[in-house]
Amino acid sequence: MKKTIITVVGKDTVGIIARVCTYLADNQVNILDISQTIVQGYFNMMMIVDTGLVQSFGRLSEELLELGKEIGVVIKCQHEEIFESMHRI
Amino acid sequence: MINRYEVNETNQMIEQDNLDVRTITLGISLMDCIDGDLEKLNRQIYQKVTTVARDLVSTGREIELEYGIPIVNKRISVTPIAIVGEAACKRPEDYVTIARTLDKAAKEVGVNFIGGYSALVSKGMTRGEEALIRSIPAALSQTERVCSSVNVGSTKCGINMDAVRLLGEIVRETAEYTKDQDSLGCAKLVVFCNAPDDNPFMAGAFHGVTEADAIINVGVSGPGVVKHALSKVRGESFEVLCETIKKTAFKVTRVGQLVAQEASKRLGIPFGILDLSLAPTPAVGDSVAEILEEIGLERTGAPGTTAALALLNDQVKKGGVMASSYVGGLSGAFIPVSEDQGMIDAVQAGALSLEKLEAMTCVCSVGLDMIAIPGDTKASTISGIIADEMAIGMVNQKTTAVRIIPVIGKGVGEMVEFGGLLGYAPIMPVNAFSCEAFVSRRGRIPAPIHSFKN
Repeated sequence: MKKTIITVVGKDTVGIIARVCTYLADNQVNILDISQTIVQGYFNMMMIVDTGLVQSFGRLSEELLELGKEIGVVIKCQHEEIFESMHRI
Repeated sequence: MINRYEVNETNQMIEQDNLDVRTITLGISLMDCIDGDLEKLNRQIYQKVTTVARDLVSTGREIELEYGIPIVNKRISVTPIAIVGEAACKRPEDYVTIARTLDKAAKEVGVNFIGGYSALVSKGMTRGEEALIRSIPAALSQTERVCSSVNVGSTKCGINMDAVRLLGEIVRETAEYTKDQDSLGCAKLVVFCNAPDDNPFMAGAFHGVTEADAIINVGVSGPGVVKHALSKVRGESFEVLCETIKKTAFKVTRVGQLVAQEASKRLGIPFGILDLSLAPTPAVGDSVAEILEEIGLERTGAPGTTAALALLNDQVKKGGVMASSYVGGLSGAFIPVSEDQGMIDAVQAGALSLEKLEAMTCVCSVGLDMIAIPGDTKASTISGIIADEMAIGMVNQKTTAVRIIPVIGKGVGEMVEFGGLLGYAPIMPVNAFSCEAFVSRRGRIPAPIHSFKN
């Protein structure tokens, strides 16, 4: 298990979750948790996923960024530890 | 479980407030390269540096990508070259060959600076150490990435005034040698009192003789993050102000600690220290001066600046110390002029003088840093400025440093551009009265009375 946080931020449109989730399913990434909200037309989603089966984290990260550009949102992909270390003692 | 608010906060710090890890610095001991034969020595240094640091840059990039945190610089520090080269170098020119070797090795492994072209002469200079100091102008003008530092004083030993006098001349000479680039050579030369062995920041980084074979030291940054946090507590009490700085410094430092541990694990090199410094860059919103202004000063340099900086420096340390297993280096707020947009603005507005900067160095790390002065400043005056700063360090048992640039051919008010992280600076006026007779005295200033804690 390798927990990774994926954040998706941008203007709301049809099918954001569907496209991100399809990509993840195709790439052996299991989704553990999703939380999502829309503030003034802006879509803000955080996913906790397991990237333990992913061969190249770099490729995953780049492809998600590309997918984000297609949809018109910013998708970031970061290992969980950076948030754990900053916000938990 | 991590929540969305926390994730957003971290990412906002990175994306909007310029949070980054300023440097991963790999310290490499060159003790085992020492040889009486100069050619062999150079060969061994090149081999050791390029072998130990082979994966430094790629590992740094990997960590950046996986955690989504920029790591701005990957750098190397080595054992002071005065020691490493003493057996092989008879003349200053011999030392310059080592500088060229270091430069070549730095380019080979892809680091932007390599520090350690240094001498530790707080009590006296050996023949080799003096030769290294005399070789600095040539070394810095013939290389691109080599950084040099000289420790001329300490609380335990006093101040070596012979070295201070010599360095006044060397700073001027370095400026002359690099006058075609606005005397850029001087931006890569630091004069220290109480220099730490484990400083990851350039230009003063070197791998101290007390250190192991190789070590990872990390310097964090984050002035923008502190400023942003403080903008939310305007008008609140000092208690709230201090708590906010501490909490922010804690968070920033934790990121540095994570990066340091990861780098250490992946490179198989022990973690040394985390340097809790607020290191500004010329980018807007990445300025220590702007924090001081957020605390309540119209401009940095106004009355109250020293107190505000003292408070900031202390809270950064208090917040950061708990976030890291080992803290060291310079740890504190940096106040370079050319590398901080708020400082540049303050100088241009007439709010900040060299004398006020000197006062500020009493309460923060590190010293008179990246200050451009007129090109016709006398060597003895530069020595006087160095001596003053060294005295502050010696008496207050803290690290102080001078990185000052007499810009040949330029005068007060003119601008000088160093480029990149080194930034740009207006040339500041220097007190024109002479200290020639003072710095011409031979010998050293004895250690202060409170150094005898035996």
